[in-house]
Amino acid sequence: MIVFENVTKRYSSNIGIEDVSVHIKKGDFVFLVGPSGAGKSTFIKLILRELEADEGSIYVNGEDVTKISNRKIPALRRSIGIVFQDFRLLEKKTVFENVAFAMEITHAGKRSINRNVPQVLELMGIADKANKYPEELSAGEKQRVAIARAVINNPSMLIADEPTGNLDPETAKDIMRLLDQINRRGTTIVMVTHAKDIVDSMEKRVIAIDSGHIVRDDEGGKYGYEIDYVPAKQEGVL
Amino acid sequence: MIFKTIGSAFKQAFKQVFRNRAMTLASLFSITAMLLILGIFFVLVVNISMVTESAKAQFDVIQVYLEDEVDAARSVELMQRFKAMDQVASVEYITKDQAMAEFKVKWGDNAYLLDGLTDNPLPNSLRITVSDLATADQVANTAKNLAGVEDIKYYQETVETLMKITDSIEVAAMVIIVFLVVVSVVVVSNTIKLTVTARADEITIMKYVGATNWYIRAPFLFEGMIIGFLSAAISVAAVAAIYHNLVGLLEREMLVLFSSSLVPADFLIGNLVWIFMALGICIGASGSIVSMRRFLDT
Repeated sequence: MIVFENVTKRYSSNIGIEDVSVHIKKGDFVFLVGPSGAGKSTFIKLILRELEADEGSIYVNGEDVTKISNRKIPALRRSIGIVFQDFRLLEKKTVFENVAFAMEITHAGKRSINRNVPQVLELMGIADKANKYPEELSAGEKQRVAIARAVINNPSMLIADEPTGNLDPETAKDIMRLLDQINRRGTTIVMVTHAKDIVDSMEKRVIAIDSGHIVRDDEGGKYGYEIDYVPAKQEGVL
Repeated sequence: MIFKTIGSAFKQAFKQVFRNRAMTLASLFSITAMLLILGIFFVLVVNISMVTESAKAQFDVIQVYLEDEVDAARSVELMQRFKAMDQVASVEYITKDQAMAEFKVKWGDNAYLLDGLTDNPLPNSLRITVSDLATADQVANTAKNLAGVEDIKYYQETVETLMKITDSIEVAAMVIIVFLVVVSVVVVSNTIKLTVTARADEITIMKYVGATNWYIRAPFLFEGMIIGFLSAAISVAAVAAIYHNLVGLLEREMLVLFSSSLVPADFLIGNLVWIFMALGICIGASGSIVSMRRFLDT
């Protein structure tokens, strides 16, 4: 559960988000859409306490993350799985190790690691890749590893920052199916995306941000831009 | 739980040491070089203070050589005379036979050279120990003018000059040692910073997944400590080898020049091991802590 109450975050040169209030219920699947620089990244970084809000309160699972001490940040992040557009896998670790390492930081024992990691890899459909290194995998497989790492500790929510941005349409659909599955098992999902067709086909809640404000919040909504949005190149969207 | 975590951090550190061979070698070389220079200064300082100490001990003594004609009664008279002086701590009568025996001991392995002497050429003497080196001059002047005294031997000026020189050498060495420690921490922290930068992505990911700062820091810390430990081991071995050779080469010359031997290699290296281990591990650890600060802000 994520609640923003009148949250404002300003940067030295411009506004990140301004007076944003939003309520994301447990088990929701939410798309966060909007042009580059609209404030989507700020929104996510505030949830993860990578940034501190200037005004307002942000509740994650009932706790105000604007007020927690630095020591409690690791615990907050363990309750949130995160998936990036560029996968961010450790190149020197195998698939198994990449996923296991998210468990190791929680001081999990060897036995439970050896039990849980293969299970999750199986669930993600990459059980046969356990001993491969990231460079030996396709983009879709890499993203499955990243998702496996994000969900291995059973987080209550998953934040996906353009998870399909580097994938071809077919692979993107597979990944969306996987995220949908995870959501059906009760995990709240917040997904930042520029992919109109994905948003339109999933018919989930859509929150649109522009210039730091929420401009639209529709249940079962559409991407909502009549003219196809052309994303900036550096975001690597197909 | 905590031990398991420390254990796995240690294992991780070992892996890192081997995986990043180039960086490890670079750090290893810089710490080892620093410790080697430190070691040479350490050896120098220890030996210089030993020479100075033994010089001090030797040279607060005034040797008063008596003429051969001086009989026992006059010798005793002279001894009483000196004993009465405030500046004198003790007076010892050394017969020429005793003097020869001491001489042979001092020459050690080379004593056979003295076997060729048929007559003992050494005089009887009084060994006067002064209570304060500064007043030795007065005692020496008195001794010089007494009847029956053939000659006196004492090296106050030499000792004072020697002490002044060694004092300044010690101060200079200390300054250089402190400077070197600071420099080596900086060098090591820069080398480890390269390792950390090379793994900045990894650190970012670890933070996203919810690793605590200590969890992230521990392997790097241990990595620094392992490198420091290895460097200490290498430099102790090197200093030991150099010093063993030096002792072998210079022992005789040292005896002749300063009538003092070098500090025994075993004793010196035995101490150096602990100093270097502590120093190496501290340099490695502080180097890695310094280099990681920037990465653990948020």
